[in-house]
Amino acid sequence: MGMTYVQKVLARACGKPSVDVGDVVEPEVHLAMSHENGAMAMNQFIEIYRDTGIDMKVWDPERIAIIYDHRIPAESSKTANNQKKLRNFVVEQKISKFHDIRGDQGGICHQILPEFGYVRPGYVVVGTDSHTTSHGALGAFAFGVGGTEMAAVWTLGRVLNVEVPGTIKVNVNGKFPAHVGPKDLILHLIGKITAEGANFRVLEYHGDTIRNMSTSGRLVICNMSVEAGATSGIVPPDKETLRYLKDEAGVKDKIETFAPDPDAHYEQTVEIDVSDMAPQIACPHAVDNVKPVGDVAGTRIDQIVIGSCTNGRLDDLEIAARILKGKKVAPGTRMIVFPASWRIYREALKRGYLNDLSEAGAVVCNPGCGACLGVHQGALGDNEVALATTNRNFKGRMGNPKAEVYLCSPDVAAASAPSGVITDPRAGGR
Amino acid sequence: MSEVVLKVGDDISTDIIYPGRFMATVLPTETPQYAFADDVEFNRKLNANEIPKGSIIVAGQNFGCGSSREQAASCLKGWDLVIVAKHFARIFVQNSINLGLQTVICPEYDADEGDELEIRGDVLVNHTKGKEFKIVPHAPARQAIIDAGGLVAYTRARLLAKK
Ligand code: SF4
Repeated sequence: MGMTYVQKVLARACGKPSVDVGDVVEPEVHLAMSHENGAMAMNQFIEIYRDTGIDMKVWDPERIAIIYDHRIPAESSKTANNQKKLRNFVVEQKISKFHDIRGDQGGICHQILPEFGYVRPGYVVVGTDSHTTSHGALGAFAFGVGGTEMAAVWTLGRVLNVEVPGTIKVNVNGKFPAHVGPKDLILHLIGKITAEGANFRVLEYHGDTIRNMSTSGRLVICNMSVEAGATSGIVPPDKETLRYLKDEAGVKDKIETFAPDPDAHYEQTVEIDVSDMAPQIACPHAVDNVKPVGDVAGTRIDQIVIGSCTNGRLDDLEIAARILKGKKVAPGTRMIVFPASWRIYREALKRGYLNDLSEAGAVVCNPGCGACLGVHQGALGDNEVALATTNRNFKGRMGNPKAEVYLCSPDVAAASAPSGVITDPRAGGR
Repeated sequence: MSEVVLKVGDDISTDIIYPGRFMATVLPTETPQYAFADDVEFNRKLNANEIPKGSIIVAGQNFGCGSSREQAASCLKGWDLVIVAKHFARIFVQNSINLGLQTVICPEYDADEGDELEIRGDVLVNHTKGKEFKIVPHAPARQAIIDAGGLVAYTRARLLAKK
């Protein structure tokens, strides 16, 4: 029996010819990422070494990335103190992939990792963030872990007790209609298989639509795979992966790629044709409560958010700017834009997108997680409604359990701004 | 025997267990005060010490879905609660095991708030309803960490063995 993509990654990372689904393995880690919550991993790391008499040292300072993004610039002294402690730890331990609060190299962790070429096909990537699944877009097996598990990785350089997951194959074919794209596809898939449909499994993406999709779009799909419960979402690497890593991420060394075996065993195959897909909306308070835009069109919105590790990239800002150029955000509706990284911010600035958006009435914030997790920069008031290109709409997600969040593509978010109600971006609603 | 002090439905996310706005608090000694912060009455009872250690929360499917925040496990561990669910989200159950929060997978259970439950080996006994339900054991790899007393102790042992 052949191996799925994730089986191949794990076999390599364990130095074994093959692994079976359900095997318990301890793969070598190629990249271990944390953001501010690295403070938690740090505390537990210190705890592991306590009274051992062993010099406290991370296993490989070159393979650890720490990226400040969740609360930047710090919203409270508590956060500032955590950031300060972790910053000192980074210096002490000589951690090389550190992205502080800086305009030349900062951004959201899931954007920084691909952008700086830190992820390669075949890597095992762990992150103290559930959306670490994003990096499957580059052919890595990337998954979220908690702080204590990260501390164990910092100590031993391996993830302990990983069960080789089963794989669900997702075949996507057809050409997206205008104003329909990767975000609609992944929302549709989550609605179809539910929020737990891929729990403990990997979603492996295939088909023409995926092959023709840019890495930016693949990042959207892998990012949100966790919303179907998946351990990881993976696009097996291809020409586009190599193009992105070389041309956009500046990777110079040789990149090795491989594919799943043709006779690999998949637990399930899901077929999707996007040719007739409508823009999709995830309605409150569950990511799998997905409806075509027509079902909720006309819903009044208090706040529109374009940004996050899901849809805060250059192509998303371009779509929004194109739709909003020369128009105005409706009175009574606020629009907040936060690009996923400073590199994207600067490019969007050069191309005039940020100018178009702010002239339309949007507030452009510094790159970071911002409103996505409701800590600062855009928390909602009681009974307010938000329409966001982010990835979660759980009760309380944007800082207020009495508010509602609808999730959508950048097209829908931008098209809804001038009217202040959820609006179908396709001309005349088709 | 322990009492069911809270019954919740399916897909209870980490934003409900430990809202994002308290994420700057990371120490396991400080997170318990925010457990289920938006369930004002349950949170008040916890902080008023009205809920005995070992009390049980019963949940539906996919308990702990969403964020990887370990505070969602540490805040419940701080009150020594036991979570019985039809099944758990992956990262949450791993975090729980790593921190020693007891999680019981019991797909068929029937229990309501106020019921008295007992975990007897691989069986969940509901004394109030006079029924028994099978518990699904944790995967062996996770059991090894439970047996070691959590991931810190487990990793420390591995580190010392390497020396
Ligand atoms: S943008 Fe939102 S989902 Fe992405 S890492 Fe930040 S908080 Fe998490």
